[in-house]
Amino acid sequence: MVKLPEFDTGRVPQQVPRLVAVFALVVVALVVARTALIPDTFGERGHYRAAAVDSIVAHEKKYAGQQECALCHNAIMQARLAGNHSGLGCESCHGPAASHTANPVEFKPRIPQEREFCLRCHQYNPSRPTGFPQIDPISHNAPRACFTCHDPHAPVPPVAPGSCAACHGQISYQKGVSHHAALECTTCHEAPEEHKLSPRLVRPSKPTDRSFCGACHAEGADSPREIPRISLRTHNPQYVCWQCHYPHYPEAS
Amino acid sequence: MISKEREPTPQTDALEKLQEKLKDVDRREFLKACSLLAPVLLGVIRVPILEAQEVASSEYDPTEHFYAMGIDVSKCIGCGQCVQACKTENDVPFEPEFFNTWVERYVIRADGEVDVDSPNGGLDGFPPPGGEGEIRRTFFVPKLCNHCANPPCVQVCPVGATFITEDGVILVDESYCIGCRYCIQACPYGARWMHPETHVAAKCTFCYHRVVDGLVPACVEVCPTGARIFGEVEQRVTPLARFMRFNDVQVLKPHLNTKPKAYYANLDGEVR
Repeated sequence: MVKLPEFDTGRVPQQVPRLVAVFALVVVALVVARTALIPDTFGERGHYRAAAVDSIVAHEKKYAGQQECALCHNAIMQARLAGNHSGLGCESCHGPAASHTANPVEFKPRIPQEREFCLRCHQYNPSRPTGFPQIDPISHNAPRACFTCHDPHAPVPPVAPGSCAACHGQISYQKGVSHHAALECTTCHEAPEEHKLSPRLVRPSKPTDRSFCGACHAEGADSPREIPRISLRTHNPQYVCWQCHYPHYPEAS
Repeated sequence: MISKEREPTPQTDALEKLQEKLKDVDRREFLKACSLLAPVLLGVIRVPILEAQEVASSEYDPTEHFYAMGIDVSKCIGCGQCVQACKTENDVPFEPEFFNTWVERYVIRADGEVDVDSPNGGLDGFPPPGGEGEIRRTFFVPKLCNHCANPPCVQVCPVGATFITEDGVILVDESYCIGCRYCIQACPYGARWMHPETHVAAKCTFCYHRVVDGLVPACVEVCPTGARIFGEVEQRVTPLARFMRFNDVQVLKPHLNTKPKAYYANLDGEVR
């Protein structure tokens, strides 16, 4: 048997105080590092610096919000709320106005008057939702500023939509920019007078046979040359035209 | 009668004295005095109540809110007002690579090809769609940070510089971010970007500085068609609750389990 060296049990071995000192040093260093490295408010509300939220909240507002506009411009606000632009915030057209609400004399919000501004929303673009009021800027009163006919705070068509468009506004807007814009609704649909009283009971007609569209679109039809032509005999004779084509769409295909 | 049989206490004494005093006051005078005193008394009671209410409303408690946004794809007209307003409100550089919110255009061709473009984030609106082939469907999709309830960007941040607040908004601590770009890589929605001047990660804040004051985010404020709806989930009466009641809503990339809080209505299956 190997004889283990004998220790003096009454004495602390000389390496122990050194180790304790080293450990103590490490612990102190860790505590110091932790307090120095972790920012003040870290962990107060979660794993982040709570003070960061305050600095984000302190960010300057550029848009005042339409409630603020209504405090002074209530009459315009009420007019707008009654019209087709009721959903628009004032700053949607007039731009950021927080500086104006803070200092109404010095800062004036913009008053866009150019056609391009209105066209940003109202120029025809096939990606816009069906029925959104859109125009073709070339054929629609080209040189005139929009506000000469339309009040931007309560925009309505200069002539109130009557007859079909009064109820079928979406279709009428859509047709208005299509190749069929010049056609009356009643050119293709027969609408009996009773349809206005009982719209569900008495319905307008749709063309029921291909020769109706064929009057313009068939080969050899007596119509302007630029109108696209098909052969009524070979072009999918099992369908009526509108089962595949939607003539109100501008890109009617 | 019964009160007389009781032991006289200080209270009953005082009451008797008062009755004695009021003996000579007739009803008319008493009512007059009451009507004069009433406003004063009511005022004394009312003032502290009003003050208490004012204090309550001025102090914002994030634990009482949980924000989210609804987006109705069928209402977006691609005008880019939201992009413009967001850049202005949040001092986002007006350069084509930096967006907190942007608008994408999807063009689905007759042969099933899908073209997605976003010229300058939609900031200047959209020209008519180009490209080859007949268009089957086309629409705009506004995009922004989804403020996920289970955000991968927060998970990967090595220093805790990006975080989710108690009211459900993902924010970046500008002065603590080290600019390592982990979060930009981790975001499946491409909602984060590196700020060219501060060199820290930047993103949509839901206009946190506005919503704590009861305003809506700038993009919602200017959206002309109401395609964006701001509100709170977990509360029954907000515009968002109504939106979610009346629409079939979806979120983007639900399979990633990020639990996004941008809820899309009328979303096409092609949108990624």
